[in-house]
Amino acid sequence: MKAHVIVFPGSNCDRDVAVSLEQAMGRPVEMLWHGETEVPATDLIVLPGGFSYGDYLRCGAMAAHSPIMRDVIAKAKAGTRVLGICNGFQILTESGLLPGVLMQNMSLKYICRDVHIRVERSDTDYTRQYGNGGVLRIPIAHHEGNYSADDGTLDRLEGEGRVAFRYCSPDGETTEASNPNGSARNIAGIYNENCTVLGLMPHPERLCDAQLGGTDGVGMFSSLVEAMQ
Amino acid sequence: MNAPATVEITPDVVAEHGLSPEEYDRICAILDRQPNITELGVFSVMWSEHCSYKSSRVWLKEFPTEGPQVICGPGENAGVVDIGDGQAVIFKMESHNHPSFIEPYQGAATGVGGIMRDVFTMGARPVALLNALRFGRPEHEKTRHLVSGVVSGIGGYGNCVGVPTVGGEVNFDTSYDGNILVNAMCVGIADTDKIFYAIAEGPGKPVIYVGSKTGRDGIHGATMASAEFDDSSDEKRPTVQVGDPFTEKLLIEACLELMAEDAIIGIQDMGAAGLTSSSVEMAGKSGVGMALNLDHVPCREDGMTAYEMLLSESQERMLMVLRPGREDVARTVFEKWDLDFAVIGETTDTGRLIVTHNGRIEADMPVDAVSNEAPLYHRPWNEPEKPEPLAADLVPAPRSASQALLSLVGSANLCSRRWVWEQYDHMVMADTVVRPGSDAGIVRVHGTQKGLAICADVTPRYVGADPFEGGKQAVAEAWRNLTATGAKPLAITDCLNFGNPERPDIMGQFVFAVKGMSEACRALDFPVVSGNVSFYNETNGQGILPTPAVGGVGLLPDVAIHASVGFKPEDDTIILIGAEAGHLGQSLYARELCGLKHGAPPSVDLALEQANGDLVRGLIADGSLKTVHDCSDGGLYIAVAEMALASGRGADIELGASGLPAHALLFGEDQARYVIACPASLTDTILQRAQALGIAARVAGTIGGDRLTVNGADPISISDLSAAHEEWLPRYMNGG
Repeated sequence: MKAHVIVFPGSNCDRDVAVSLEQAMGRPVEMLWHGETEVPATDLIVLPGGFSYGDYLRCGAMAAHSPIMRDVIAKAKAGTRVLGICNGFQILTESGLLPGVLMQNMSLKYICRDVHIRVERSDTDYTRQYGNGGVLRIPIAHHEGNYSADDGTLDRLEGEGRVAFRYCSPDGETTEASNPNGSARNIAGIYNENCTVLGLMPHPERLCDAQLGGTDGVGMFSSLVEAMQ
Repeated sequence: MNAPATVEITPDVVAEHGLSPEEYDRICAILDRQPNITELGVFSVMWSEHCSYKSSRVWLKEFPTEGPQVICGPGENAGVVDIGDGQAVIFKMESHNHPSFIEPYQGAATGVGGIMRDVFTMGARPVALLNALRFGRPEHEKTRHLVSGVVSGIGGYGNCVGVPTVGGEVNFDTSYDGNILVNAMCVGIADTDKIFYAIAEGPGKPVIYVGSKTGRDGIHGATMASAEFDDSSDEKRPTVQVGDPFTEKLLIEACLELMAEDAIIGIQDMGAAGLTSSSVEMAGKSGVGMALNLDHVPCREDGMTAYEMLLSESQERMLMVLRPGREDVARTVFEKWDLDFAVIGETTDTGRLIVTHNGRIEADMPVDAVSNEAPLYHRPWNEPEKPEPLAADLVPAPRSASQALLSLVGSANLCSRRWVWEQYDHMVMADTVVRPGSDAGIVRVHGTQKGLAICADVTPRYVGADPFEGGKQAVAEAWRNLTATGAKPLAITDCLNFGNPERPDIMGQFVFAVKGMSEACRALDFPVVSGNVSFYNETNGQGILPTPAVGGVGLLPDVAIHASVGFKPEDDTIILIGAEAGHLGQSLYARELCGLKHGAPPSVDLALEQANGDLVRGLIADGSLKTVHDCSDGGLYIAVAEMALASGRGADIELGASGLPAHALLFGEDQARYVIACPASLTDTILQRAQALGIAARVAGTIGGDRLTVNGADPISISDLSAAHEEWLPRYMNGG
């Protein structure tokens, strides 16, 4: 499997996701500067977390128009797997690859803590190593992670099985108390129509190492490796 | 102060620049003429207390600053300490008190930005941030607004740059009502053969400006930080700088990228006093002159004068001296990162700083005199009176110890700081092994199995009561907090926050705190490698509690082998290491619950600290001990409660047969103590090891259940404690 991580000037989780991917893949990941115009042939493109262009306006809005994004969008439409984590999810919505928008957290504060998310389907390239309805403990770290879309879009996402993860209690209940940021219908991550593009706010790359307090993130990267072999 | 070059230098103008008539005479003698307004501005910032340490330097010499582990002590941008394998840890703590009071968000944010630049200037990638914050009493009308602004400012900056904030302190006390303290610490990692200093090497080298453009913000920030506040301090808002963390991120990456090339001779960030201090300091250290042409300085605004450009404290800027001919290599890197890059001058053999602008010489001053001949004051000081001990029978026993505990864990100074640190990204970089809320944060050194333990400590109420013992205690507590993780304490940085040094009582606090800290640093082989002094934390003549914050760094050879606060599932027994004297003077129990604010703080026996700490560290290194908590604020009862809260497991505390009253045993704050927990099978081994070394140690309880009891009685549920502990800060911040 080949993977490329796009590096925007303000990316700050690029190294973290590369480390986790490399652990799963057993081979190096390519880092690709945002100023490039073409992504080499690859199995996975990652848009990492961070503050791509400072995000003083709308998060991810400028990154969506970065030189490399034209080819990322083309490759995504042609079926290449694209994973957007946190700021990467924001860039995916801003570039139109995923519907909806990430608004300010309901608390109007930045939140960094472990949350629980429920795996809504375990038959995608990102989740095949997780059980259906399995609950993962994964950190969030964002100020704008409040997923919002109109009811029609939300109904369509649910109807088409495109909700990837929902915030939940430790035993898997999607309660209001377990929703850290006010996201519509507790949505933490969504897929495109073919489930080849995934955007999510939680950071699976941060809990892929027992020494850091957990390994629930590993399954996403090992699922990808299994799928892409 | 938009001062044109034609301003007449009157005594009023001199006074407005914070210079005394004697200092002004000295400037005239150095120049052999009167300064013009631009030169006066340069002297005013270089000779400000903030930049020159003119009141503190004679005393800072008392600090031990050397040791086999020290690569570079105070005097550079940050301290450098060896951590083996060709790697060094580079760290410093710095105050941003005055600006944060005036404009909390930007003041705190730029404090974080400034301290990070001090660290990456030296070639280190920043890997951890901490901050020590002191606010006024919760009921004060400004406190909530200041807490909110400072915390979001720290988060807003550190989160964007992508460096985890892994620990710190938050305290409330009425002495900070008019002067909050915002002390930020940054820790970085570098290769020992790639460390950069603020030097210029010799004449004929290009001087380069990189980073953000220069604006009119922050002019005279250093002078503001060198004066007391009064009721009109809000008018000083324009002296506060505005931070841009995204540019800082670009600057880190660009600097580290260029540092990998052989292009940089010396580099210095433009912090306090901006272009002035960076150029004078680099030239001064290498005994060369510098010619600067301000026409080339990238400016954010039109029509800036030389005076403004030299004194601006616009953020995210660096000054570099490059190897001749390497300008294009450097330019390519900075252009890649979309940062300004300009050759603004060169080093010379004149020994003078000569600044031209629009074809005119705006300043012509001897570098050596400006940088090295700043005034040095032996300020008069009064020896602080040693307080009498607080007689134990004056401290009443609580009606219910468990209810007293509940009040304390839910009080402003002991409640959970979760509301604060959840607003900081403490996991980015994916090497945070122990998160905030522990004795010390631990980060793994990326790509290795080594770990760094990092903490920030001081107990201002102790220092206020007895500056010497309090100074000792601040250092000892930092050393203990690192030891409690299993780390070998390496060195400290400090941030010495005091009132007006022109008052002999305040100067006496400073002198004795420094003496106490020095004694502890020497005894514990814990040298000072960097630091900062912040005087004039006073408003209308009311000074703060003396607050010499200590930032400690320790090394774990294998990060997998460390201890943490919460009880582990296999733990059965609680053991107390260290002797019990039931000292209640200056304890949180006496102050918060009994309103008794007089009396001596606990004394610190440094030999005992060393012995007890070495025992604990040794037990952790053996792999036998995984649960350790420093016993400090609030005493044994609070320590055990915090261990229970961190794990959800209850315990029964056993009080020894010492003859001391129960509340003294529970809430006394005797020093050099650790609470440890272990499986029953290890209890005898640990007690025997302590006994063999002559160290006091006893079984202090058993673990189990979901309640905390004392000698089997007076139960309180962990969930009640947890609710009180977690509730206070969010409720307060929501206006409750």
